[in-house]
Order: sequence, then C-alpha cells, then structure tokens
Amino acid sequence: MSEILSVRDLVKRYDDGFEALKGVTLSIVQGEILALLGPNGAGKTTLISTICGITEGTSGTVTVGGHDIVKGYREARRMIGLVPQEINLEPFERVINTVRFSRGLFGKPKDDAYLEKILRQLSLWDKKDNRIMELSGGMKRRVLIAKALSHEPEVLFLDEPTAGVDVELRKDMWEIVAGLKASGTTIILTTHYIEEAEAIADRIGVIAKGELLLVEEKQALMTRMGQKQLQIDLSAPLDGVPDSLAKYELELVRDGNALLYTYDTRAERTGITGLLADIAKAGLSMSDLQTKQSSLEDIFVGLVAEDAA
Amino acid sequence: MNWQAIRSIYTFEMARFFRTLMQSFISPVISTSLYFVVFGAAIGSRIDQVDGVSYGAFIVPGLIMLSVMTQAISNASFGIYFPKFIGTIYELLSAPVNFLEIVIGYVGAAATKALFIGIVILATSALFVDLQIQHPFAMMAFMVLTCVSFSLFGFIIGIWAQNFEQLQLIPLLVVTPLVFLGGSFYSISMLPPIWQTITLFNPVVYLISGFRWSFFGMADVPIGLSLLAIAGFTALCMVAVWWIFKTGWRIRK
Repeated sequence: MSEILSVRDLVKRYDDGFEALKGVTLSIVQGEILALLGPNGAGKTTLISTICGITEGTSGTVTVGGHDIVKGYREARRMIGLVPQEINLEPFERVINTVRFSRGLFGKPKDDAYLEKILRQLSLWDKKDNRIMELSGGMKRRVLIAKALSHEPEVLFLDEPTAGVDVELRKDMWEIVAGLKASGTTIILTTHYIEEAEAIADRIGVIAKGELLLVEEKQALMTRMGQKQLQIDLSAPLDGVPDSLAKYELELVRDGNALLYTYDTRAERTGITGLLADIAKAGLSMSDLQTKQSSLEDIFVGLVAEDAA
Repeated sequence: MNWQAIRSIYTFEMARFFRTLMQSFISPVISTSLYFVVFGAAIGSRIDQVDGVSYGAFIVPGLIMLSVMTQAISNASFGIYFPKFIGTIYELLSAPVNFLEIVIGYVGAAATKALFIGIVILATSALFVDLQIQHPFAMMAFMVLTCVSFSLFGFIIGIWAQNFEQLQLIPLLVVTPLVFLGGSFYSISMLPPIWQTITLFNPVVYLISGFRWSFFGMADVPIGLSLLAIAGFTALCMVAVWWIFKTGWRIRK
C-alpha cells in the first residue's frame, strides 16, 4: 500500500509559547484506519486541524497524496474530508442544501445521484428536506459525515465522532466507518474510547502532550505490550501467600479467596504448569481458574503514565 | 479560480435572503414610506426647494444611500460572522479556496442583497415624488460600487467582531451618524461655513454627493472627487481583507 499522508516534524507553537505539537512525525498508508488515542489536550485536534488547514503549523511539512498542504493546498484539501468534534451546522438549513454546499465548496460539480447514495448509506435520505434543527444529535453527526464525504475525499478525518453519543449510535458509527474503509477511504480518527480504537482501527497512535508516543499495528501492540493474568479461586480463604509460592509474585485478592498470577504471553515459559503443581503441593484446593488479557486501555494508561513520569 | 466554490457560497448566502424575501422586501418599502411621510410631507412642506429640486425628490439619493450602506454592512458582516459564531467556518478554512474566492462569494451575495434593497427603495420613492435620473448609468455604477465597498467593509466588521454586540457597534456608532451627517437629507451648502468645512472630513459626503449628482446633475463636491473617494475606500477595504486572510487574523488560529 502506498503512503497517502505524511507528517514530518510538525510543530505547532502558539503566541504564548505553548507547544501543542512537538515535532510529530506520522505516515499513513492508503486504505487503513488509524486511531489516535490521547487524553484531553494531548494535541489530537490540533494535529488534525493543522493537516486540514484550519490551523497553521509553526514548522514541519505535511503532504497529502504527495501534495504539500501549503504550496499545493488546493490539491491536498480536495483529497481530505473532515468531520469536526463539535456539531457545527447551520440550524435553519436543510440537510440536502448543506450537503450540496459542501460539495460545491470543494469545487465539485452538482451530482445529486452521488449525494443520494451517501445520504442513503447514512440513513439520512428520508430526512433530506428536514431542517438541521429538527434532527436528533445522532442524525446531526451523520449530516457532518455526509458533508465531509460529499466531495468524494480519499482521506477522512473523524475528530471524536462518537463523543457523547449513546452505545447504539456508536456501534452504528463503527459500521459506517467499516463501510467507508471497504470502499477504499483512508480514515484517521481521534477518540477517547479505547474500545472504539480496539474495535475498528488497523493501527493505533498514542499522543500525549503534543508528542506521538507510538504508532503501531493494533494486534502487534496488544501482543507486544499485553500481559495476561490468571486468577486462581480457592476453596478456602488464605491469610497470606505461602512461602513456597513466593517466587511467582502472586497477589492475594477477593479477601484471600483468590490468587492472581501475572505472566507475559511472549515468554517462552509462562510458569503456569509449575505454579499449578506447586499450589497442589502446598495443599491448597482450587475451585476455579480464569484468565484475563490486558486491554488497550491498560496499555494506553500505562504509556501515558510512563510519559508523565 | 474555484468558480464552483464561489457559486456555492453565493447561492448559499442568497438562499438565506430568499428564505426571508417578504421581510426583505416589505421592510425597505415601509421605512421609505415613513421617511417620505416625516421628511417629505411633515418637514419637507416647510422647505421649498433645494438647488431647484423639490425637497421630497432631493432626499431620495440620500435615502437610498442610507439603506444601501447599512444593508450592505449588516448583510456582509452577518454572512461571515454567523459561520464563525456557530463554528461552520471550519469548512471554509479546510476547503480548497483562496481568500479572493471567499470574498467574492460573501461580498457578492451581500452586495446583491443591498442592491436589491436600493432598487426597491428607488421604486417606492417613485410612488411619492416625481423622480428624474439625469445619469442613469452613473447612478447604477455609484450604487453598485457603494454596495460592493460597504459589503467589503461589513465583511471586515464580521471578521473583527467577537460577539453580536460588536457586530452592531460600528454600524450604529460610526456608519449611521456619518450617513446622517453626510448630507443624506440636506445639502451641505445649507450649513454654516465652519460646519461645511468639518463635514468635508466625512467620507460619506463624497458618496452621497456623487450619487445625488447622477440624479440631478448637482453635487456638493466635484464628481471626480466622489469617484476617487469610493475607489479609494474600496481599495482600502480590499487591502484590509487581503491582510486578514494572509495573517489569519481572528479566523485562523
């Protein structure tokens, strides 16, 4: 797959000296979904805004489809669609008119057949003559997506597309994103929701305090940084971990009713067989066993905490 | 040039105007009629003629200019301020358009609306007074130039304004007094000499004088000076708008 978006050493420094982006470098290949995770104020929106032309970068270069966003801004911007974080829509405007406006603004001739296709995909066709103010919050978000797609962009930025929406709508949105990916659109989304990134992204980027801490394949990241835990439920509670089991660094949880063993999935030996044998030798009786994979959220929290330290 | 974008901005802005077409039409008709009742019948009956023109007819150019200037400013300032206020400006900033295309779209629509109002007032005036236009092409040219230049000025106000109060501040505190004191309803020759001199510092005097010349062939200041004033004002506004987009002042972070 070829590179469609390239960000090199991008710095955004405001007049008061605050650096929102500290030399961000990022490469996105065509057709992938990249999720940018980061806490509030991490620089996610600033990064998107700078790429899209809403904010001017202080230094560094950005190219979209090989076009520099400053020197070749027309070509670069024609390739980009942006769904902003806030629901920014004219309340008195009708859905179809606002989508037509967006298409025209990007220099595309009128094509109502294409707009109909998008509005149908987004379940908005029967609302096309409604005024924006008559729509629900979820429908308004769909209108924002329709506007962003109206000029047939190759790269779509979704800035926290599911912030503040209910679970059902969030899942609808994930389906929409999956559909867009299937049609070949490259998607970069920012989110607070780890499960969102886990569910739909191909790669994960973690950004904090204006620095991109890592960008990695989702599965590779989870495998590389993932830890597993084995919980051993006991038939009778313990006051403390027996000395014979000290080498396993077990935690006593559930008021002494369970032992928790953390192990590395990448290790050649997990130590589980030995542990279970030693537990039997120690005369402890087990009532149940369960394992738990660390989530992306655990990884994210760990990374951000590490960066803060 | 992204003509498609210009057309989109223009038609989108005009759609707002057409949504409230009746108000847009009725409002200037009523206000013009009121001006004629107050200035034409009540006060005008005590004023015989001004430079050989009946007072009722004399105030028509001033009346048109007053509305055209205020409408151009309010339409253009609101046109660009509203997207800023509700956040839809992001779309303009991320679109493949340059400042000239944005300005042509917004200012073109605002100027068209102001021109429409000007023509409505002119037509309404013809119902009240016997109106003769000596230089119709010059009259249209003056009106179009005024619509464009004041729409540009309104566009700048719309970008400068950070709330609705500021949006009204310049039109109410600066433009309206300048228009009223700029000879809309009187010839500056009717003023005492010292006030005549002071009035010449009011730029609106040159616009109204030139416009009145196109109706009656008489002017308070030479017509060339009027043309120069309006051309200078337009150029000044263009430079200011160019600078705003170049620096991103109050629109781009």
